[in-house]
Amino acid sequence: MFKKVLIANRGEIAARIIRTCKKMNIATVAVYSEADEQATYVKEADESFLIGKPRVNESYLNIDNILHAAKESGAEAIHPGYGLLSENAGFAKRCREAGFTFIGPSEDVMATMGDKVAARQAMKEAGVPIVPGTDQAVTDVEEAKAYANEFGYPVMLKAAAGGGGIGMQAVNGDDELEKAFEGNSKRAESFFGNGTMFLEKQILNPRHIEIQVLADGHGNAVHLFERECSIQRRHQKVVEEAPSPFLSESTRKDMGETAIQAVQALHYKNAGTIEFLVDREENFYFLEMNTRLQVEHPVTEEITGIDLVEQQLRVAYGEELAFRQDDLKRNGHAIEVRIYAEDPVRFFPSPGQLTKFEVPKGEGIRHELAVAGNSMVTPFYDPMIAKLIAYGEDRDQAIFRMKEALENYQVEGIKTNIPMLRDVIAHDKFKQGATETSFVEKYYLPAVTNN
Amino acid sequence: MTEIKASMAGSVWKVVAGQGDTINNGQDIVILESMKMEIPVPAEADGTIKELKVSEGDFVNEGDVIAIIE
Repeated sequence: MFKKVLIANRGEIAARIIRTCKKMNIATVAVYSEADEQATYVKEADESFLIGKPRVNESYLNIDNILHAAKESGAEAIHPGYGLLSENAGFAKRCREAGFTFIGPSEDVMATMGDKVAARQAMKEAGVPIVPGTDQAVTDVEEAKAYANEFGYPVMLKAAAGGGGIGMQAVNGDDELEKAFEGNSKRAESFFGNGTMFLEKQILNPRHIEIQVLADGHGNAVHLFERECSIQRRHQKVVEEAPSPFLSESTRKDMGETAIQAVQALHYKNAGTIEFLVDREENFYFLEMNTRLQVEHPVTEEITGIDLVEQQLRVAYGEELAFRQDDLKRNGHAIEVRIYAEDPVRFFPSPGQLTKFEVPKGEGIRHELAVAGNSMVTPFYDPMIAKLIAYGEDRDQAIFRMKEALENYQVEGIKTNIPMLRDVIAHDKFKQGATETSFVEKYYLPAVTNN
Repeated sequence: MTEIKASMAGSVWKVVAGQGDTINNGQDIVILESMKMEIPVPAEADGTIKELKVSEGDFVNEGDVIAIIE
């Protein structure tokens, strides 16, 4: 096994990776920006390197500085975490050329799946159902209108290089499309350096359900069932759970097998996630593939007993998976909520100085933390400061434990979305499993904005 | 006179209107940036920007006055 691994990330995921490395007796190297000097993950690593100023372009996205730290430290491999450089094929290539093992899939697969148009094409060829849409980039608004009229409105306008909902918009007619096309293309250009747009038919009342996959370099691939991540705000996930309260056993099986089909067609290696939109009739359509560890991976770990970070390290080292599909069983139910430093109604960021941070303990409760008692939550990075995971023998027990834990979760000094999470988890519609992507708009916001 | 206040804590990413400019209700004055999110701060009245209290790169807290419109 690797003797030393550098983690090219920050916050809770850096701490999460360090934890598994420690368990496996692997030395860890953290990198940090000036803003993260006091961060908990930096203290938890065996060694740490300052890589630049607070802004991500000058630190966590600065490949030269990260590789320099890797060389200095003598690390053999680099774990990219999620976000930041994790899906950057250029970074994976630079790691390899500099003699480090990149803990993730090959650069080629990353490049293909990172381009939404190319990804759709690859999935279509692999026999994976895709949302009806343009197979090529749409060059101008007239062409976009022609396609939209062919599929029928509403359509989703998306940026080929997009992520996190940026450059994405639902449009209901020619007028709206005209207004949205240029603005979103410009926005994608300034965010991702690529303003290429494409169109998809909008699936109404969808759920967002994804399949976790794991494949080694010896031709073995398994799926670790699904996660349902439908409850979102600003197109970003807030509550995730496994298993889905909605899927029938036969659809679950179909989706798992389809995901394996995709993995094999891509010759994918390492952990990955295939995201699907699922409509009320349980038709499922490929949305995107995340070629990395997901934020919500803990719910899968809780119901399968598999440590996904450990598997990533083993596969990257060249080991064969120690289990096959038939060895994997689902057991119980797990729910994760993301704790964001933000206004719980407007969802605007709320950075600042923590004056109190106390997390609840209890059976089935797991924490992933980016902050501690008196951390400063800086405005430079993602607003997620922690994740809370509740496990139960069944969904009701998981909900009960999550509710209790949220009641006792104490954060002071900044605003957080905890009031929102309490409302969502306690909502009858959540209990009933009515977890469509419109949940926040339909059931949460009307109640809080009336007050 | 209307005080235009910051809707969130963050840094001033772009200043899109200047002191002395005539501005309409709803027109953006600055764009704030925080935690990977950009939020425009629009004027809440028609008038002239009597005072612009921030420049690009400044850090503001939620509720800080950004501009005064007369």
